[in-house]
Amino acid sequence: MSEPGATVTPYEDGPLLVRGSFEIVTPDGERIEPGRGTVALCRCGKSASKPFCDGSHKLVGFRAPTAETRD
Amino acid sequence: MRLPEPRGPVSATLVDALRRAPHAVPAAEATDDEDLQLALFICYELHYRGWHQVDPAWEWDPSLLALRAGLEQRFETGLRDLVDEHEPVAVAEVPRALAALVAADDRPPNATASGYLQRHATREQFIEFVVHRSVYHLKEADPHTWGIPRLAGRAKAALIEIQLDEYGGGRPERMHAELFRSMMDSIGIDSTYGVHVDAVPAVTLATSNLISLFGLHRRLRGALVGHLAAFEMTSSIPNRRYRDGLRRLGGGHTATRFFDEHVEADAVHEQIAAVDLCGGFVAAEEDQKAAAVDVLFGAACCLAVDAAASDHMLNAWHAGRSSLRTPR
Repeated sequence: MSEPGATVTPYEDGPLLVRGSFEIVTPDGERIEPGRGTVALCRCGKSASKPFCDGSHKLVGFRAPTAETRD
Repeated sequence: MRLPEPRGPVSATLVDALRRAPHAVPAAEATDDEDLQLALFICYELHYRGWHQVDPAWEWDPSLLALRAGLEQRFETGLRDLVDEHEPVAVAEVPRALAALVAADDRPPNATASGYLQRHATREQFIEFVVHRSVYHLKEADPHTWGIPRLAGRAKAALIEIQLDEYGGGRPERMHAELFRSMMDSIGIDSTYGVHVDAVPAVTLATSNLISLFGLHRRLRGALVGHLAAFEMTSSIPNRRYRDGLRRLGGGHTATRFFDEHVEADAVHEQIAAVDLCGGFVAAEEDQKAAAVDVLFGAACCLAVDAAASDHMLNAWHAGRSSLRTPR
């Protein structure tokens, strides 16, 4: 299996970190400049800089695991 | 960078000695924190950009290093008195223990300098804040870089991932220290490296000396990575407040860019620092319990020393005074 172009890592109680070769685009295909090699995407829904994380998950006590959970 | 004005016997001895060729520095005892922190800052700066018209050979002069060791011992003893030793935690618990330390240190915005700067600070007070911060931010990231050769594997990769971003991914204009310099220029503050050292008190110098202490001693590498984690974990939200404060005072895009950048960058860095850097560091150490205690010591020191600097500003402003030694 070849290495993936990009990886997405859920961090516990925090954002999704995206590393590697990727593009972030709007539904219209317009590029959203990531500004850095590794980006954090909001997972709690409270960021004022969406789609990027701005640390707001800590203020709202966001909880989410690092991997899928099935009951 | 010109040698600063002495603040006591040790800094006076150092300033006098450094103006001449390397020779045996006489022993001297620091009288207070101002003298201690300035003397340490003078010693440490020899490892960064150095001092104007000072022989670079001083950097490794044995008598200067012996004097520095005495100052460091006093500084480190003070730090160990200041913060409680954390109980050992399992490697998987390191990120959560860091988050708990940070959460325990959290204060309502109106009890912090960042909250004050966001809503109430005058332009002059905002400038004071930038002057304080310039002592570290004009060499932002450099002290943590000392950690790179001291780490291996996952922890090393994590530190490099953070530092690469700090240094603008190889683009000089995006380097964080450079963004800080542009911000200073845009609000009319002298951005010459080290020019404000005389103006800032010991509490501010200590924030910079702390990272140099951890960075320059391999035995403190755990504290260094813990410091970086705590620093990044307490950065995004205050930076958003600084940005809002600067905007309120009329700062434009160039002025606020440094803070905008830190909101998003540090949201990335805090995850990498806590999980991959500190977690990876502890996992790789033979004595994981001791390594975890070191990491949490570094984090606690970061929180305590940065809070003291922040409280100093806030208390001065509430009392209607300048927070600088030499009011502008």
